[in-house]
Amino acid sequence: MDFLTDPVTFISQWVQQLLINLGIPEITAAQILPGVGAVILPLLAMLWVIFLIWYERKIIGRLQDRPGPNRVGPFGLFQPFADMAKIFTKEHITPTGADKVPYNLAPILAVGGVLGMWAVVPFSATVFGIDINVGALYIIAVGSIGTLGIIFAGYASNNKYAMLGAFRVVAQLISYEIPMVLALLVPVLLSRSMGMNSIVQAQPVWFLVVAPLPALLFFISSIAEVGRSPFDLAEAESEIVAGFNIEYSGLKFGMFFVGEFLHAFTNALIFTALFLGGWQGPGAEQYPILGFVYFILKTLVVHFLGIAIRGSMPRFRIDQVMQLNWKIFTPIALLSLCSAALVEKLAAGAGDLVRISLHVAANLVIFGVVILVGTKSLKERNARLDDLAASHRSAIHLVLGTPHDA
Amino acid sequence: MNMVWFYIGIFLIVSLGLPAVAIFLASLLAPKKPSALKSTIYECGLETEGETWVQFKAQYYLIALIFLVFDIEIIFLYPWAVAFDRLGLFAVLEGLLFITILAGGLIYAWKKGAFEWA
Repeated sequence: MDFLTDPVTFISQWVQQLLINLGIPEITAAQILPGVGAVILPLLAMLWVIFLIWYERKIIGRLQDRPGPNRVGPFGLFQPFADMAKIFTKEHITPTGADKVPYNLAPILAVGGVLGMWAVVPFSATVFGIDINVGALYIIAVGSIGTLGIIFAGYASNNKYAMLGAFRVVAQLISYEIPMVLALLVPVLLSRSMGMNSIVQAQPVWFLVVAPLPALLFFISSIAEVGRSPFDLAEAESEIVAGFNIEYSGLKFGMFFVGEFLHAFTNALIFTALFLGGWQGPGAEQYPILGFVYFILKTLVVHFLGIAIRGSMPRFRIDQVMQLNWKIFTPIALLSLCSAALVEKLAAGAGDLVRISLHVAANLVIFGVVILVGTKSLKERNARLDDLAASHRSAIHLVLGTPHDA
Repeated sequence: MNMVWFYIGIFLIVSLGLPAVAIFLASLLAPKKPSALKSTIYECGLETEGETWVQFKAQYYLIALIFLVFDIEIIFLYPWAVAFDRLGLFAVLEGLLFITILAGGLIYAWKKGAFEWA
C-alpha cells in the first residue's frame, strides 16, 4: 500500500504496526484504530465548517454582485477565524422564563445531529467511516435529531416569535421527510442494500441517470430539510424576526449556523453518495485518493447548486410549502417508487441497457403526467380565482357604480 | 458487528461533545454582566403580553398525524427493498398494494382538505 495512492490506510497500518511493536496485542490494536478514527472525523468536519462559511459567503456575495469577504487574509480566507474570535467572546444571555435544559441542549443537538451523519459517509474505496449495514436508515434517524434541536430552541425560549418559528419548522421538516425518505428508498431498492458503501459500489451507472425523478425530489427535499431559502420560513426575517433562534446569543447562536452550514454540505455529500456514484470514477479503485478527490469535487458542485438556489429564489409561504410537499412531491415519490419496483422486477432477466432505459422511460412518463395534470389544475384554479375576483368587482360596482357610468 | 455499534457510539458522543465543549469554553471567555432589562423577552421593544404558548393552527396537528402514519409505513418498506431479489413477483405486487393503500390515505386526507391552509 503506497502512501501517495491511499494515505489514510497507509497511516493507519503504520500506527497499528507501531502499537503492536509497543507490545499491544494485535486484536486490541485493530480495535483501537477505528475508535481513533471516530474521534478524528467529527473534529475534521468541525474544522471543515470554517472553510464552508467562507465558501458560501463568497458565492452568495458573487451572486449578489458584490465581492464577498475580501479584507482579512488572501481572498478573505481568514474572515471566519475573525468571526469566530468575536463570537467566542460574546455574552450568553438567557431570557427570563426560559426552560433551561432544552434551551441549552438545543444548539448542541443542532450541531451534533448533523455531525453524526458523517459516520457513514463513504469517502473513498478504502475509507468509509463506519460501514454499518443500515447506513441509509441511520442517516434518516440521526438527521432528524437536528429537527429536535430546533423544536427545543423554539419551545424553550419563552418567546412568541421563536414559538411561531418552531411551529413552522415542525410542519415543514417533518413533511419534507416523507418525499426525502421515499426518494432514498429508490437507491436502496436499486442496490438492494442500505449500506452507504455498497450503494456507491452498485453505481457503475449513476443513479441520477437511472432514477432522475427521485434524485430531483431528494435534492429539493434536502434543501427544505436544512431550512434554507426558498424554504427558510422558519426564520423569515420580515415576519418573525429570526424565528427559533431569536433569544440566543454568543456561541449558542453561532452553533445553529454551524449546524446549518454543515447540514447543507452533509446533504450534498449524501446526495453525491446516493445518486452521483460517490467516489466512483476512472482509476478510483486502484488509487483511493483519486476517489476521494472525485467525491469532494462532485459534492462541491452539488453544494454550489444548493447555494445558487439559496441566492436566487424568493421565500415560499407556509401554505405553498405544504401544498408543494403533499400534493406534488409525495405523489411523485410514491409513483416513482412503484415504477422502480415494477421495472426492476419485470426486467430482472433483461440486460442492463434495457433495464436502465425502461427506468428512464418510466420516470419520463411520470414527469410528463405530473406536468400535464399540474398545468390543467393550475388553469382551473386560476379560472376559479378570476371568477371570484370578477364577482367581487361587480359587487363593488353595484354599490359604487361602475367607473364608466359618468 | 457489536464493535461497529461501539464505534458509532463513540462517534455520536464526540459529535455531541464537540459543540458542548465549544459552548462551555465560550461561556468561560464571555463577559457576564446580567441585568433584568437585558434578559427580558424580545418583542420588538414592547413588553410581551399574555402566555407565550399561544394557540396554534389545527393544520399543524393534522400534518403531524399524517406524517406519523407515512413515516412508520415507509420504514416497513426498507426491508422490502433490501430483500428485493429474494422476493417473487407476488411479494413485489403485495408491496405495491401496500403503497397503494398508503396513497389511498393520502388522497383521503387531500379530499378532506387537510392540506388546505385557509
